[in-house]
Amino acid sequence: MLPMIRVSGLHKSFVMHAQGDLALPVLANVALSVHPGECLALVGPSGAGKSTLLRSLYGNYRPQSGSIQVRHREDWVELVAAEPRVVLDVRRHTMGFVSQFLRVIPRVGAVDVVAEPMVRLGASLEEARRKAEFLLGLLGIPERLWQLPPATFSGGEQQRVNIARSLIADYPILLLDEPTASLDQANRDGVIDLIRQRRDSGTAIVGIFHDTAVRDAIATRTHNVALPSASPGATA
Amino acid sequence: MPDTHNASAYNYAYLDEQTKRMIRRAILKAVAVPGYQVPFGGREMPLPYGWGTGGIQVTAAIIGRDDTLKVIDQGADDTTNAVSIRRFFARVADVDTTTRTEEATIIQTRHRVPETPLEEGQIIVFQVPIPEPLRMLEPRETETRTLHALSEYGVMQVSLYESIARHGRISKAYNYPVLVNGRYMMSPSPIPKFDNPKLDRNPALQLYGAGREKRIYAVPPYTPVKSLDFDDHPFEIEKWEQCCAFCGSKSSFLDEMIVDDDGQRLFVCSDTDYCQERQEEQRQAANQEAAK
Amino acid sequence: MSGPLLSARNVTKRFGSRVACRGVSFDLWPGEVLGVVGESGSGKTTLLNCLAGRMTPDDGSVTYETASAGVVDVHRLSEARRRLLARTEWGFVNQDAREGLRMGVSAGANIGERLMAIGARHYGNIRQTASDWLERVEIEADRLDDRPATYSGGMRQRLQIARNLVSEPRLVFMDEPTGGLDVSVQARLLDLLRGLVDRFHLSAVLVTHDLGVARLLTHRLMVMQGGEVVEEGLTDQVLDDPQHAYTQMLVASILPV
Repeated sequence: MLPMIRVSGLHKSFVMHAQGDLALPVLANVALSVHPGECLALVGPSGAGKSTLLRSLYGNYRPQSGSIQVRHREDWVELVAAEPRVVLDVRRHTMGFVSQFLRVIPRVGAVDVVAEPMVRLGASLEEARRKAEFLLGLLGIPERLWQLPPATFSGGEQQRVNIARSLIADYPILLLDEPTASLDQANRDGVIDLIRQRRDSGTAIVGIFHDTAVRDAIATRTHNVALPSASPGATA
Repeated sequence: MPDTHNASAYNYAYLDEQTKRMIRRAILKAVAVPGYQVPFGGREMPLPYGWGTGGIQVTAAIIGRDDTLKVIDQGADDTTNAVSIRRFFARVADVDTTTRTEEATIIQTRHRVPETPLEEGQIIVFQVPIPEPLRMLEPRETETRTLHALSEYGVMQVSLYESIARHGRISKAYNYPVLVNGRYMMSPSPIPKFDNPKLDRNPALQLYGAGREKRIYAVPPYTPVKSLDFDDHPFEIEKWEQCCAFCGSKSSFLDEMIVDDDGQRLFVCSDTDYCQERQEEQRQAANQEAAK
Repeated sequence: MSGPLLSARNVTKRFGSRVACRGVSFDLWPGEVLGVVGESGSGKTTLLNCLAGRMTPDDGSVTYETASAGVVDVHRLSEARRRLLARTEWGFVNQDAREGLRMGVSAGANIGERLMAIGARHYGNIRQTASDWLERVEIEADRLDDRPATYSGGMRQRLQIARNLVSEPRLVFMDEPTGGLDVSVQARLLDLLRGLVDRFHLSAVLVTHDLGVARLLTHRLMVMQGGEVVEEGLTDQVLDDPQHAYTQMLVASILPV
């Protein structure tokens, strides 16, 4: 079976121009692949570059060199130095990203925040909203919050809105950056179940799980991430 | 012929020959492009702007000894201005003058078109204050010229829309904008909209002169002239319940006159010649009846 | 459609000896919103005016794929065609709504103008369309006959947007559309723009100095400094992983709330 993601020779540094062009290499020659039905957990010490790698896979960070190929519309698409519209198309159809932080859009209620990716794919608003409400319910967001913009939600509630948003479109690839960080035990278990279901139905997942219990429950494999040179205080 | 012995004598029809040529060239251009405003080198005339200097210059450029001139002001031959202008041309152009529309070869008018239909061979000269139909909507001359050149007349339609939105109907009652020959938007001068249909495919030549703004434009005989409107608010002319108190006409433009301190009012034909002719016909008909 | 909607190649504009923008090139594809960010004097507004045919560049070209007449060079078009394009397939939202509205006629007349300019002659239909658009930009229906002089700043801006969108343009140019408005008014307007861009599949070039506006509305970003594009790419990537020193400085300068 073909992998969904193929990474090879990936290099990324951060150059801080304000600090005299200080260069911080974070990723060096990273290679990995992820297949459908796999959940690859990125492991390593804090600041090692896990989040940098994950964000690079999403096109949010820009590697200096190397290759990130993604299986999109039955063909391989190179994401490193790709045109913005290519990355956007991949994000719309193939790849979802869950971060801890929900970027809040003013005035848009939680249901519509969740529904948006599905509407972007051409679904009707009613259909998307129904599925959104279902997911929000599954994730334990009380109905009274559904029409409210998430700006005033708690961290855990925002994170669950984020998760619902990434699940609504049935992406073949999911990238998860600490998806349960702000959740309590009960909600965490619910999310773990959902992610596991996705994995088992063929989604390829790459994730960062700080909580080893969560990691053990979902991951099928791990990938070690370490800084190219062990410099204390470097940030990913 | 100019009197070369008397340096203070006037040239025929007051203007010198070169000026007349310049005006005639402008008229030719205007006739060649119906509705298009042609700039011309307007001269100082013996009356101020706003009193018909444009119309007078046009008339002076075309008038000849064989012409018969009629001059009306708001439809009347007997107002001060009409009388003055008629007398002016009688003196400097040595022409016959008349109040009868059918007898005139040139009719100079302020703010009305005669009720009596015009014929081929007649010329009607309109006095125009503001030649630019878009002026009130677009104050910049540079912009209005561009709008005409590019046929961008949306702004006028906007103003008609606005009129309906504010008043429930197109409230413009005079100087009602028209499209000439399907191309140029024109101001027909401040004639009442009642007269607009008369301009459409008129057998006579229409010349328009604006003295202060120094523009001449023209509508050749039989040219389509269409008043602007909306499909669901079509162009309509004024109607009166009353008829003329003197001649009984139900189809001419009526002036409303207050006749006493109690506010008694009379409605009377604005076109004095038309009214008098009808009265004359009725008198003769009555005489014939009496003679039987 | 096979190619980009709008293409700029080496657009350069000088004012005397001062170069306002230099060598700007990009392709804008259908459905993309391109943000141009930079501080005062960066050349972004000059660039926008060159793209929209309001100014002629000294060097370079701007081409546009029309709906039915192929690709045209914006500055080689006759003035008539360019003005027609600006009234039909394009929109331009000015920072100051007064420059993009007729302040002396009603909102309905403002919105209906583009329709009347291309020959609409049924008052009732024009009025209904204007009313529909008023609703879409969240202005109460009973304000249809009011003049923009009686509107608040935010309402005027929304009216300007409606006036532009009534002709269903394919490409909208926006110059600081939320500049000068109160924060809550801005938020509402941004949300409205977001919705309209999505709903009507608009492509847009949006000039702003506000990175938050760029984040919310744009797919791609070009960062300008001193007339040149110093960085460009996916919006979230430029803002989250800025490469150029100037971009890094801009992003770091945002005041936290």
